[in-house]
Order: sequence, then C-alpha cells, then structure tokens
Amino acid sequence: MRADDVVNGPVLETRGLTKEFRGFTAVDNVNLQVQEGHIHALIGPNGAGKTTVFNLLTKFLPPTRGEILYRGQPITSKKSNEIAQLGLVRSFQISAVFAHMTALENVRVALQRQLGTSFHFWKSEKSLDHLNDRAMELLNEVGLKEYADTLTVEMPYGRKRALEVATTLALDPTMMLLDEPTQGMGAEDVDRIVALIKRVSKGRTVLMVEHNLSVVSRLCDRITVLARGAVLAEGDYENVSRNPLVREAYMGSEAAEEEAAV
Amino acid sequence: MADSQAIKAPSAVRERQKRADMRRNLFYIALIAIGLVAPFVAYPVFLMKILCFALFACAFNLLLGYAGLLSFGHAAFLATGGYVTGYLLASYPGLTPELGIIGGTLLATLLGFLFGVLSIRRQGIYFAMVTLALAQLVYFMFVQAPFTGGEDGLHGVPRGELFGFISLRSNLAMYYFVFAIFLFGFALIQRTVHSPFGQVLKAIRENEPRAISLGYNVDAYKLLAFVLSAALAGLAGSTKTVVFQLASLTDAHWHMSGEVILMTLLGGVGTLLGPLMGAGIVVSLQHVLAQSPLGNWVNVILGIIFVVCVLSFRSGIVGELGKMYRKNFK
Repeated sequence: MRADDVVNGPVLETRGLTKEFRGFTAVDNVNLQVQEGHIHALIGPNGAGKTTVFNLLTKFLPPTRGEILYRGQPITSKKSNEIAQLGLVRSFQISAVFAHMTALENVRVALQRQLGTSFHFWKSEKSLDHLNDRAMELLNEVGLKEYADTLTVEMPYGRKRALEVATTLALDPTMMLLDEPTQGMGAEDVDRIVALIKRVSKGRTVLMVEHNLSVVSRLCDRITVLARGAVLAEGDYENVSRNPLVREAYMGSEAAEEEAAV
Repeated sequence: MADSQAIKAPSAVRERQKRADMRRNLFYIALIAIGLVAPFVAYPVFLMKILCFALFACAFNLLLGYAGLLSFGHAAFLATGGYVTGYLLASYPGLTPELGIIGGTLLATLLGFLFGVLSIRRQGIYFAMVTLALAQLVYFMFVQAPFTGGEDGLHGVPRGELFGFISLRSNLAMYYFVFAIFLFGFALIQRTVHSPFGQVLKAIRENEPRAISLGYNVDAYKLLAFVLSAALAGLAGSTKTVVFQLASLTDAHWHMSGEVILMTLLGGVGTLLGPLMGAGIVVSLQHVLAQSPLGNWVNVILGIIFVVCVLSFRSGIVGELGKMYRKNFK
C-alpha cells in the first residue's frame, strides 16, 4: 500500500460530478470524499443515483460534468480498464462471475493480467499453472477452497458473491468499489459477507453501495446519503441516522425495501 | 510449482487435466491417421476442397465461437488471400507456392486488421453490418481491379514446386501439402483457444463488463482474435487458389460469408471439430446435389438444413454429440 503518497488527503474525490440523461439529472453536482482506509457507504432510496455514481467513478458511463480525482490525480478522462489498472476495482450489483469457468479459473484470469502474457496466443495455458496456488490461497481466504474445481454456474448465489471478492482481491486493489454486495442474500450469507468485507478491507479503502442498514451500521466508518442524485447528508452512522432529512427521505421507502428484500 | 505451500490446487484438477490431455492427443493421432489415408479412399481434389473450407470455417469459428463476434464479411479475407496468391504466382513464375500463400495470407491479415479497427467497437448486429459493408466494398474492388480478371476470374495459376523442388502437379502431393496447412491452422486455433489469451477471450465472452473491471482492454483482445481469424481465412483462400489454380468472385461474394456461417453452425459453433464436420457436410452435399437432378435446388436444400439446425439442434452436430456423450458416459 502506498500510504505515503498523500497524507490525510482523500483517496478518491469527486468535484461537481453530474450525469444527465436527456434532461433528467441522475447525479447532481456530487462532491464525494473517500478517506484512506475507510469503509465508506453510499446509501439512499431506490433511484437515488448510487449505481450511476459507481458507473461514473469507474467510467462505465461518461460524466456530463465534474471531475474525479484518485490520490489527487484527475482520472476523469481515463478508460474503465485503465482505472482498474490503477487499483480501483469494482464489483457489480448482479453477480459478475465467469459462469462457464471454474472458481479457480475465475480467480486465475484476474491474476494472469500481471504476468503480461495475456496476448500470447501461442503459449499453452499450462504457463498459467504456477498461478494456481495463489488462486487457491485467495479462494481459501473467502472460504471457497472446496469449490475450486466447480463450474461457477453451479455454485450457490452467496458463494458466487464471495468468489467475486476473491477475484477482486487477486488484483490487490488499493480501493474496492462494491455495488450492493449483500443484495438478494439470506441472513446467513449476509453475515458471512460482512465478516469477509471486514477482513479483506484491512489496508484497503472500500466504497460500497448498500441497502441493508444493519450491514452499514456494522461495517462503515462514514456514510453518504444520496437522494434524487444529490448528496443529502454525510457523516458517521450515528449522525446520519439521527438526521431528520435522512429519516424522511430514506426511512419512508425503507419499509417497502425491507419487504422487497424478504 | 511451489510444492511447499500449504494450500495447493486440488490434485483432482490436475488429474482431470492430464486425462483430458491424453484423450485429446489420442484423438488427434486418430484424426491425422484418417487424414493420411483419406486420399487413397476418396478423390484428393474433393478432399482438398473440404480441407480448405474446413480451415475457413475453423477460422470463422475462432471468432464467433471463442470471441463471440459474428462477422458477416469473412468472404473478403478468403478472397483476398486467394486473389493475392493467384496474382503473385501467375505473375512471378519464379515464386514458389508457399511464398505465394504467405503473401496472400499476409495481405488478408492486414485487411483483417483494417476491418477490425473499424468494426470492433460495435456490438452485435452493428458489428455484423459493418463487416458486411466493408466486405461488399472489397467485393466491388475485386470486380473492378485489373488484375482479378473481373467476372471471368483469375485463371491458370501454376501450382509450381513446393520449396522449389517438390512438384505439386500430382494431386496426391498437393493433398499432403494442403493437409499439412490445415493441421497447422487447426493446431494454431487449438493453441489459441487454450492459451493465456484464450482464457481472457473466454472471460470477455462470459462477462465483458467484469473483464473490463479486471483491467482488461477488451477491444484489443477482440481485435487480436479478429486478425487471427482473418489471417487463417486468408490462408484458406490462398491454399484453395493453389489447389484449383484459379481465384474467382464467388469467394468474395457475400454468399460465401453466409456459407461459412452455415458450416460453422451446422457442425457446432464453439467446438473445435464442428467447423470441420460442417464444412465436410456442406461441401459433400453441394458435390452430390450438383450431379443429381436436384442440382438447381442446392441453395434451397442448404437453407432448409440451416433452418432445421437453428430450430432444433442449436449447438450443431458436434455440440449435440458432445452433450449426448456427457449425459450418457459421465
């Protein structure tokens, strides 16, 4: 980790980040600062623009206006894959695994990028075998050792999400962007993922979109509340949950969401 | 291999890999043996035609089956390989056939790079349409260009002497040369699919956004797959010109782009042997039907086969056989 690069400055910062879709402003002048080492949550009712913010940060969508800085350097004009190469690795709302590859191969395909042989079509894939042991370590870290040889499509949902974490870890990211990592999970799986995020966040920064407030309260150092594309409040869980504006905007729809989650 | 480490890849994985390798090797030995004996059983020129189209279909399959890109302009590469090789061999009598073939393949590769740069960022139907439009452009260039002979085609290409001392005039010698080229192309595809590059390609096909978020520049990988596919299609066209001693507009026509799709789908897209099977069936059918009273109905019959294939066995003959094998023997 290069903690010495910027002392106390935010790892990731947005200035006036805005995204308009044909007159509809999905993200409205968002100024976000994520501190080094924090687990930072982005919450808000459905349609608040959380996932859009994620897509803007990772350049899956181009912002209409505004700037994104990573360790003080502007990355607004970089491509998605270049942002990943800088160490900012995202996950997706729906599980994003390579379904017809084994769990081991899923992790290995992330590991192999650093080898620099990914364009070598004349080499045998046996040249990747020395990565298998490292891939197994990562699978073990997320409790998937016994799934190594299983095709991902045959794995239960919660395990797929854990596999995603292992694949992300394979890149040794400085910052992980997790889009609703516990979405659609049973209580047992949620606990496992929470423990996992806590464990793997050591020495890294995490920005996560999360609906489940109990997960947020257990994990997060800082919370930004979005509503209608704009920042409504920011602070730690205590402060945010006491904020009357937040209660009004968020809790109003929470009951419905809670139902949907069940 | 770091054997001292506590957590190792399960030995089951390696065992399975070893067994698969062995089965694969046995299979290839059988295939090569069949290929070596075949010209004594069937007419070599007919077999060479199958091999050329099989290589063409294999090249197409590399793109569709392993990179998930449907090109509707692959005739352009087949024809470019064919015309350039034909032109080189007909105009420079000193040139040996292998050099002519290399020349044709190189130009097809270059054209593939051009096509790829212009089309690779488009998705799905748009990609197919851009490749079709570019291939039509190439077709009209071949119609007009002075060296192609226009509607008449390019005739009288000498087969010459391989490496300057092996005469290819005999069909048997020619056959073994074509067979060697086919094996080379087939092996290259097999290796590509099972290479570090092939792994990334597979990941892109499975989940493109995720591959991007892992830091892969997916357009560059797709482009390389496209160029490789174009190169091998060019190789097939070049070889075909040497075999038949001519190059014609048939190869550049969009019908040809459609035919290779048919061959690949019929045999089984995304399977290594499917295109070979598909090319064999289509070429044989054309051959048999042309001599029968149904000669004028070739396209109708192929069309019906295509419809049946798409509707009832979508993974193609080899794909369906593979499914049956897995269901019953595993």
